[in-house]
Parts: sequence; structure tokens; C-alpha cells
Amino acid sequence: MTHTVTPAAATPPVSPAPEPKRRAAERSLARRLLARPEIGALVAAVGVYVFFFVVAPTFRQADSFATVLYQASTMGIMALAVSLLMIGGEFDLSAGVAVTSSALAASMLSFQLTTNVWVGVIVALLVSLGVGLINGLLLIRTGLPSFLVTLASFLMLQGANLAVTKLLTGNVATDTINDMDGFEQAKSVFASEVTVLGVDVKVTVLWWLAFAAIATWVLLRTKFGNWIFAAGGSKESARAVGVPVNLTKIALFMTVGFAAWFVGMHLLFEYNTVQAGEGVGNEFYYIIAAVIGGCLLTGGYGSAIGAVLGAFIFGMVNQGIVYANWNPDWFKFFVGVMLLLATLVNLWVRRQAARR
Amino acid sequence: MVSKDTAATGGTDEPVVRLKGVGKLYGTVRALQGIDLDVRPGKVTCVLGDNGAGKSTLIKIVSGLHQHDEGDYLVDGRPVRLSNPREALDLGIATVYQDLATVPLMPVWRNFFLGSELTKGPWPFRRLDIERMKRTTGEELSAMGIHLDNLEQPIGTLSGGQRQSVAIARAVHFGARVLILDEPTAALGVKQSGVVLKYIAAARERGLGVIFITHNPHHAYMVGDHFSVLRLGALELNAAREDVTLEELTNHMAGGAELAALKHELAQVRGVDVEELPEAVQSPGA
Repeated sequence: MTHTVTPAAATPPVSPAPEPKRRAAERSLARRLLARPEIGALVAAVGVYVFFFVVAPTFRQADSFATVLYQASTMGIMALAVSLLMIGGEFDLSAGVAVTSSALAASMLSFQLTTNVWVGVIVALLVSLGVGLINGLLLIRTGLPSFLVTLASFLMLQGANLAVTKLLTGNVATDTINDMDGFEQAKSVFASEVTVLGVDVKVTVLWWLAFAAIATWVLLRTKFGNWIFAAGGSKESARAVGVPVNLTKIALFMTVGFAAWFVGMHLLFEYNTVQAGEGVGNEFYYIIAAVIGGCLLTGGYGSAIGAVLGAFIFGMVNQGIVYANWNPDWFKFFVGVMLLLATLVNLWVRRQAARR
Repeated sequence: MVSKDTAATGGTDEPVVRLKGVGKLYGTVRALQGIDLDVRPGKVTCVLGDNGAGKSTLIKIVSGLHQHDEGDYLVDGRPVRLSNPREALDLGIATVYQDLATVPLMPVWRNFFLGSELTKGPWPFRRLDIERMKRTTGEELSAMGIHLDNLEQPIGTLSGGQRQSVAIARAVHFGARVLILDEPTAALGVKQSGVVLKYIAAARERGLGVIFITHNPHHAYMVGDHFSVLRLGALELNAAREDVTLEELTNHMAGGAELAALKHELAQVRGVDVEELPEAVQSPGA
């Protein structure tokens, strides 16, 4: 053994060395690209875009694209927060109705007290952050899975939304607040339109992209982002090296609360009134968008860009079916197909990345 | 860093960590009693014992996960009562756990600095100092003799031995004076175990006090300076290297008396050749 190795090592260690090194570098670049969580969603987004571009002529117009982006943005803002939470290893099933809760709180408080709508907006923010805080504390204190804890808060919020609204207004919808003080100002923040390159775009699209940029920066460039990955990837290891896991999870639930507040405010100032029964079922769309975007259900892996792409695919499918003059009932069928394909692609990509 | 220097110069024989008559109760169950343990700079103290002997409880007390109910826990001669692992870390006592040393999906350099990230910039824009973290990770790993071509790869793609070694290098970098290694070789093959033992020796060379938990007396004897064997929550053997042979250690570990009884039982089962089995040493060492 030894005597065969020694001469080989002694003669030419210089010339062959750079060759495998460069090959290793190329392979690692390809692997690094494949290892990005959102690569599957990117491929899917391009595929869906091309598909509807071909089958639905209306889809090609700039106005239609703005509508797609608007659809994507209201779901996408929530999907961003939900995907951060999922990377942190938890679910929030109450996210869908929490949007409605926030809008109801702002609307009814302003109307009943006839104050400036901004008072309602601020109180709604506190309510939403409070819901997130309670979800987080329940999770930490009970040690129950977040699936159960937030299922409970989902049911409670759903019931409370209807019960409280009926109690205060005698109706299942809130009174319109568009003649109240501060309405126009709040509308300009949450529900106005801006012209970008000659196309009217809802302001939520800009907020969505801004939030996505912030989320990406936080995830990849800050301490807190590191803690999110660690809390979801291996809670015990993270705790053992001094990461404040509980604090991280509570903060993530409160981030979902913040997003629910923001989207709730958009709905309120877009439609002036809120239907108390809305929002049920949306929590799954947020989770699906996050999963299509490359988030692992088990936590510790995913990206904000992925969530953006996931929501974008949702928007394209949602509107694309309309533009193609199909029955909108096909939407859910498509979402199911997308979910299946996305998870398969993600699985395949991760296997490729893991293979060395 | 200061602590590392004092540890390196520490030819002094003062123990950094000393347990005196430490005991622990879980409800009415006595998990540990009368444990004496000294950890000195530049020495490897091996804690051996079968499953359920109390090794994990002992480690949890030293690393700050649990509190002791009896006796004294001294750090640098001062009695302490640690309420969480962070406090232990602040005293320079770092633990590398067998299976939860790292977060598998995160890159090597992020794992290295996890929980102690380097940042730069003023508050709202305070961000990770990625360049510095990567460079430091590379340097510290090389210092321990670990060479990786890509610090971005998820740590889960490294071998078990490499992963443990990164965790050890990490603890050393963050000023650990005492390193607790919980069964670092348990799940590893022979070659990988060798890798880890090498890094234990390297840590000792750098002046750290090492507590090496294992149930493998052969691994312990390769690097150990002092051996403590636990049985049913109490110390069965507490001896320096010069006072104990590998054979005695193995025997204590296997439980000399129990082994003799087992041999007796096996003798009554047909087909087991008892004459081939090794003779148990009855009254060894201490």
C-alpha cells in the first residue's frame, strides 16, 4: 500500500491539481444555483406565464398584468410572513381570518366611536400584533404543535368575527366608513393606485415588493434571519448555542399579525366595508404559496423570494383562467396541480443538491 | 480571548471546574449522588458509564441545563448555580452535544457563528459581517486541521466526524476553557472516531480542559488523563491515568461483577463456550 502511493505522490503533484479544482468550482456553482430554495418556483412561474401568454390573448396586455400583480400582492404580503414563520418551523392556521379580524376591529372601532379612522387603524394593529403574541405564547407555554394551537385560535377568531360584528351592527357586514375623517388619507396609503411606466398599479404591489426586499434582507443578512433558520432547522441545537428560540418564534407570529393587519387595512379601505365571514380558507393558500416557493413543511429551509414567486403563480393562475374564458372553478384544480408539481420539483432539486 | 490565554498558560493545577459531592434528584428518584469531579486546563477527564448510569444528568448539571440538589459546583474555586447554558458559556464552559451540535441545513459558516453572530453597521441597518465570519471560520477550522473547500455547503453534508470537529473548533474559538463532549464518537465508525479523537487531543494541546463522555473505554484510554466511571448514579471509579490500566477500565465499564454473573448464566445455556470468554477482574484499581 504505502510503497505504491509514495512515488505517485512524489512525482507530479503540481500539474493535475488546478484541473480538478476548477471542475469542483463549476460543479459547486451549479449546485449552489440548484440549491436555492426558489429555483423550482422560478421554473414554475416562467412555465405558467408562458402557458397563459399562449392560450389567453388578454393576458398579454399590460393592464391585465397589473391585475395579476394586484391579485398576487394581497396574497403575497401574507405569504411572505407565513413563509418566514414556516422557515422558523411553525404554522399559522389563523392567518386567513386574522386579516378579517383586523379589518373588522379598525372599521367597527372607528364607526362606533366616530373617531378619525387612524385611531381604528392603530388599534387594529395592536389587536393583530396581540393575536400573534398570544399564538406565540400559547405555543411556547403549552409545548403543543402550532397546528393545534393556531387551529384553536382560527376557530375562536372565526366565531368572534361573526358574533362581535352581529352584536355591534346587527348585521354580518360593517357599516361603510368612507365618509369618516382620515379615510382618504388612509386609503392613499393602503388602497390607492399609482402609475408605473404608464400602467395603473395598485399600491399594494409596491408594498408587497418592498416587504419582500426587507424580508430577504432580514433572512439572509441579519442575526434575526440566522435565528429564524436555526429555530426551524433544529430547535434544540439552536437553543444549545444560545439562540433565543422562543423570542424568535413569538416575533414570527407577530410578523404574521402585522401582515394580517396590513392586508386587512387594504381590504377595508378598498371596499369601505368588511364581510365578517371572509378569510376562511385563505390560510391554506398562504401556506401553499410558501410551499410552492420552496419552503419545507418541516422548517429550516425556504426564502422570501420563493414566497413572492409562489404568490405570483397564484395571481397568474387566478386571473389567467378568467382571461382564457374558462370556468373559474378550474382555479382550485390548477392550484392542486401546481402544488403537486412544485413539491415534486423541490424534492428533486433538494436530492440533486444533496448528491455530491 | 483573554480566557483562552490564561488557559494556555495554565500550567497551574487549579481545576477550572470542580464538583464536590454533587447529587441530583428527579422527584424521588436519585439520579446522581456524591459525585466528585475535577477538570483541569490541558487535561482530558473521561466520564464513562453504561446507559442510565447518570452521565447525561452529570453533563446537564455542568452545562447549565439542570441544577444540582446536593453538594457544590465550583468554577475557578467559586460556588455557582447555573440556570441556563448561556451562563455556562459565559463562564467558558461549552458543550458539544452528540446529535444536536449543529443545524444541518445551514451553511458551515452560519453554524460556526450561530448564536454569536458578528455584525456591522448602526442599528436599523445592522447586518451580518459575512466576510469576516467566513474568513474566521476558515482560519479556525484550519487551525484545528480541518480543511473544507466550501464553507457555504450545508453542514449536514459533512461527515459525522467533521461535524463534531467543526463544533469543537467553534467552542474553542468562542473562548471555551472547558469543553464538554457528549458521546462524540458514539454514532461514528472507526475512522471517523479517530478524526474526533485527534481534535480532542488538539483541544487539550491548546490548553482546554476537556470532559469526554463516552461508553467506549478504548476511546477514553487513547486520550484520557483521568477516568471517572459512573454506575447507578454514583462514582464507581475515580482514578488518574497512571493508576489504572485499559483492562481495568474496560472491566469497570462492562461491570466486572455483573459480567461474572452473566457468564455464569450463559454457562447454563447450551452452545455457549464459557471457557473462551475472558476472565473478569474482580477487584481492580481504586
